[in-house]
Amino acid sequence: MKKLLAALAVTTFLFAPATLTTSHADEIKQGGSMIVTYKDDVSTLDPAIGYDWQNWSMIKSLFNGLMDYKPGTTELVPDLAESMDIAADGLTYVFKLHKGVKFHNGREMTADDVKYSIERTVNPKTQSPGAGFFGMIAGFEEMTASKTESLSGIEVVDPHTIKFTLSRPDATFLHVLAINFSFVVPKEEVEKWGTDFGKHPVGTGAYTMDEWTLGQRVVFKRNADYYRKGLPKMDQITFEVGQEPLVALLRLQRGEVDILGDGIPPAKFLEVKNNPEYAKMIVEGGQLHTGYVTMNVKMKPFDNKKVRQAVNMAINKDRVVRIINGRAVPANQPLPPAMPGYDKSYKGYAYDPAKAKALLAEAGFADGFETELYAMNTDPNPRIAQAIQQDLAAIGIKAEIKSLAQSTVIDAGGKEDQAPMIWSGGMAWIADFPDPSNFYGPILGCGGAVSGGWNWAWYCNKDLDGQATAADGMTDPAKAAERIDKWRSIFVNIMDEAPWAPVFNEQRFTMHAERLGGPDAIFVDPVHIPVHYDTVYAKDAQ
Amino acid sequence: MPGLGIYVLKRFGQAVLILLGITLITYILLFLLPADPARQIAGRSATAQTVENIREQLGLNLPFYEQYLRYLASLLQGDLGRSYIQKSEVTELILSRLPATLLLMAGAIFCELLIGLPAGMLAAVKRGKAADNAVMILSFIGVSAPQFVVGILLLYVFAVLLGWFPIGGYGTFWHLVLPALTLGLLGGGWYSRMMRSSMLDVLRQDYIRTARAKGARQARVLLVHALRNAILPIIAMIGLDIGIFMSGVVVVESVFGWPGIGQLAWQAIQRVDIPIIMGVTLVAACFIVIGNLLADIIAPFVDPRIELR
Repeated sequence: MKKLLAALAVTTFLFAPATLTTSHADEIKQGGSMIVTYKDDVSTLDPAIGYDWQNWSMIKSLFNGLMDYKPGTTELVPDLAESMDIAADGLTYVFKLHKGVKFHNGREMTADDVKYSIERTVNPKTQSPGAGFFGMIAGFEEMTASKTESLSGIEVVDPHTIKFTLSRPDATFLHVLAINFSFVVPKEEVEKWGTDFGKHPVGTGAYTMDEWTLGQRVVFKRNADYYRKGLPKMDQITFEVGQEPLVALLRLQRGEVDILGDGIPPAKFLEVKNNPEYAKMIVEGGQLHTGYVTMNVKMKPFDNKKVRQAVNMAINKDRVVRIINGRAVPANQPLPPAMPGYDKSYKGYAYDPAKAKALLAEAGFADGFETELYAMNTDPNPRIAQAIQQDLAAIGIKAEIKSLAQSTVIDAGGKEDQAPMIWSGGMAWIADFPDPSNFYGPILGCGGAVSGGWNWAWYCNKDLDGQATAADGMTDPAKAAERIDKWRSIFVNIMDEAPWAPVFNEQRFTMHAERLGGPDAIFVDPVHIPVHYDTVYAKDAQ
Repeated sequence: MPGLGIYVLKRFGQAVLILLGITLITYILLFLLPADPARQIAGRSATAQTVENIREQLGLNLPFYEQYLRYLASLLQGDLGRSYIQKSEVTELILSRLPATLLLMAGAIFCELLIGLPAGMLAAVKRGKAADNAVMILSFIGVSAPQFVVGILLLYVFAVLLGWFPIGGYGTFWHLVLPALTLGLLGGGWYSRMMRSSMLDVLRQDYIRTARAKGARQARVLLVHALRNAILPIIAMIGLDIGIFMSGVVVVESVFGWPGIGQLAWQAIQRVDIPIIMGVTLVAACFIVIGNLLADIIAPFVDPRIELR
């Protein structure tokens, strides 16, 4: 077994918040409170179940996993794990856990809890949307088929040591251990509350659940026993729900609330953004998101590569970005710029209607053709679809817009012969974890090109699938850069085949009260979406 | 009221049939939606196996009638099911929102009456005069103005600009004023028009002339003699309003961030959370039926000439 013990990782971990700002970060005093607003009710805070962008970051503040990311970045660092050994073949991972980490109920967290928590997620009875992420752990198939109640690939060596055996080398495994579905829960509390554990969450996290009034508010209190000294910064966070974004904005402007969880309402975006008074309150950041048009390669005429390339050249992406008031940047490849593996030098298909028309003619469609463009029916998606429709009309493609409910579009995309084109807005891919592989398998790989899948282009390239598997087999951290290069070339190769027309990458704009402090990056954290709650501090408590 | 017991029983029987019909229609409509609950619960990263497991566990693979019968069976035990998105018992979600909805309903009806009754009476007495015209024009505006326009306007002027009231939310009396007033202004329009025409009818009648001939003063004629009869249609209307408000005032609750049933329904519809939509529809239907029943039962107490059959 190769000792990688990652002394580096441990140091970055210990001083993660400190390195992020400057050396005075440690001097930031704890205290104060903040109010975050949301439109929708908070759904479950059970880490095995919760899977929306509202509860995602809240769960991260209540629970911990073996791994996490440096605040404001996509850089993996150990969390509950103190150190790790990765075998040279990439099939065994041994983690030493921090000692003295306590659940909110006072009991010490041990390796048994880690095993229990992951098995609970994988257990079909839990109905976890994240079960599929753990497919690389040995024994996964048996457990999914309900043949066993435990994963043979997880072994408790001693109370503070846990060993994972994988059925295939998988470089994304450490990311999977940073995803909410792997977070550690205490068995006794889960059994006590049953399906209501999500309303009475007990974890090891920086905050504890204090109050939950359905439809009104959720209150987190600082975990005074948190194992990472000096964190979190706030004494209390109140999440007020049922607040329309417009009303929330008015309240923020009056100083009644501190963070707009749902962002700046589109109707007010330009007005607020161009107002110098608010310049210090708005933070812009990239998002692991791409909005794209899929072209079903199994439906004519999109089985023809030239037609797909023509569509790529026909769409005026700058105009689409203007339609949404510049809340995005034009995209030319599947990966967003904030994702490792993004190819800065790749130029993609430039906007060129004349060339597009020529390509169509070459493909035998000099007079164009008729097709359908599916889109979700909430603003701004119909307007974006209309812009794309006009662009396509300019090269002779008459696309009828099918503006439908989200679930209907998702359903149509999952059928082999239903939706020739889909504008992905409102349903588009936001990465589960910051690794390029997460942008391939489900949405561009053969595995996703199945009935009910998310590969709406139905694009399946066995050769690229093989390259993807090979890339994910490179588990040696020393080869991480090489692995990312491999992924970069996979996505460029995909663009040659053009099953998608990437349109834009959404930017995030978080608006927060001036009394909140912390580096800008934590207000648009790429993983702790929307805000890294643990590291935000109150200026008035200093 | 000897016939009351039998009457209520009969109406109750009817209500059960109506509610049963409503569950069937809603269930069919939601069943036909091309949204697959199993995939919704499973999320975008789930394997086909996970989706299949969930489908089986929830009985979504069963034929329609079997699913419906299962739903009815649990309904009989007071179980409205479990939300797909919110992952909570629907009964609990609805119950947690009842107090806010009840409070807003009471506040709104109070405002409606406070605005509508005097305005309607004034218009009837001053028929054809400037006051009548003013009331009729204002009530017309009230009736036709969209709730969200009035709501946002009140919110902007009285909460944002003047700062007299909190900007939305729930908890104190001051939070209630603006949403109740929004509903009151709009509903008050209806009430004033109804009160006016009903009052005009009554004022034309012989016993009013008799009262006047006896030398009763105007105030006494109106408040003691006329009002009692003129208010009958208003009572029926209050009954209907109870039903409507209890089923949730979606727009006003959204604008003011009021944690009532309407807001719950609106969130559920946007996220296609079928069990909540079913539950709220059923509860709303119950309240409408109860509201109507109440109006019918109260009527004979106000006007003994009305008989319940």
